[in-house]
Amino acid sequence: MRTIHTDIIIDTIKDMCISANIFLAADMEGRLRQAAKEEDGKLGKQIMNQLIENMEIAAKEEIPICQDTGMAVFFVSVGQDLHIEGKNLTDAINEGVRRGYTEGYLRKSVVKDPLIRDNTGDNTPAIIHYDIVPGDKLEITIAPKGFGSENMSKVYMLKPADGEEGVKAAVLEAVKDAGPNACPPMVVGVGLGGDFELAAKMAKKALTREAGSHSPYEHIARIEKELLEAVNKTGIGPGGLGGKTTALAVNIETFATHIAGMPLAVNMCCHVNRHLTRII
Amino acid sequence: MDSKKVVRVPFEKKEVEELRAGDYIYLTGTLYSARDAAHKRLYDSILEKEATGVALTGNELYEKKILPLDITGNTFYYLGPTPAKEGQVIGSAGPTTSSRMDKYTPLLLEKGLLGMIGKGKRSQAVIDSIVENGAVYMAAVGGAGALLSKCIKESSVIAYDDLGTEAIRKMEVEDFPVVVVIDSKGNNLYETAVCDYLANH
Repeated sequence: MRTIHTDIIIDTIKDMCISANIFLAADMEGRLRQAAKEEDGKLGKQIMNQLIENMEIAAKEEIPICQDTGMAVFFVSVGQDLHIEGKNLTDAINEGVRRGYTEGYLRKSVVKDPLIRDNTGDNTPAIIHYDIVPGDKLEITIAPKGFGSENMSKVYMLKPADGEEGVKAAVLEAVKDAGPNACPPMVVGVGLGGDFELAAKMAKKALTREAGSHSPYEHIARIEKELLEAVNKTGIGPGGLGGKTTALAVNIETFATHIAGMPLAVNMCCHVNRHLTRII
Repeated sequence: MDSKKVVRVPFEKKEVEELRAGDYIYLTGTLYSARDAAHKRLYDSILEKEATGVALTGNELYEKKILPLDITGNTFYYLGPTPAKEGQVIGSAGPTTSSRMDKYTPLLLEKGLLGMIGKGKRSQAVIDSIVENGAVYMAAVGGAGALLSKCIKESSVIAYDDLGTEAIRKMEVEDFPVVVVIDSKGNNLYETAVCDYLANH
């Protein structure tokens, strides 16, 4: 059995927090540059150019791309043949977040209680989704999530009779409602199937998929492409000020569901769709 | 693109009346940062005083130390920056979503606040109050915090230090780029820009 110490995990998490917030993932950078070239809205074009300049300044001067450095969301796959020694794994991840957000000059955006609202001061606790998988590796994906776009997300408990049309109508409605608030161009994460909470979790995970990649299921991949086209025909555009670049990607994750239902979650993300994966 | 239009802040009331939804302008002068928690505190302080039956102007609220700044004629930037590294004026400094400030905004406009910078839609109550008070709502580019930080030349916390990133900062800005979204006549660029784009493409 392979053994790793939580000290390594803490250091890795710290680096991931800082890198993800300063350097936009290569897939997102590529999509953004392509879209800036193609944008034909007057204000939309100006805004796309500002976003490219912003991304370049952030990387060059090591300033966070966006001031909302988010809640630290993790998807962690733990190989069942891996032994972790040192701290409890959750405590180790939180320690990495604490160090990353403090030493990396990232914003502390987490309050301890939803109503009392005292800031925890170190951006902990993180939100961690664990999976047990075959093997002896630890795969960690970080997706720091800003709340301008998070606030525009929705869960719909659709019914089987709503079908594909119902799914498309709901996603389009969510995008239109989000409009300028979600900092378009957006990335639209969709979770379809499962139950109430799994749909939402899949929608978040869909955001971590490489921009431009598609679902392995042919009908879902087709819906992703058709929805992206429909979203980009709304005219919302960069900054919500008119243009063809309303979204950079629509990613759909699916799971089996109940005979009576078709849960659908739409997790909005802005153009600063941060995601980074490391395997230890 | 038209020639670069630089406007000084704080605004002259007359200048605000000349701004039109869709104008792309550059602000130079003084802005104050204030977001959710600071708005709640300003709002609660005013209401607490007015509950005693006294209605004061923005200037009086400051002189009587009920508010930590005189909001009259000033512009709020809805901002909670990342911490500055050594040698930096401020960290990443882009706008936050304005609608969360909607509940507090009409009262502040009534007390003399003239400008707001954020991103995203406003409520009808805010739009009505903008028209009634001859104010202006502008958007900075959401998610361009690194770029916008370069336009902030000085920054110091002047109130509510305990709120951390949500404290009120006085900031000197130079050529800070914004788009006028809701002008003093109530024209709303978020509604017209999308329709205009679709009509022309």
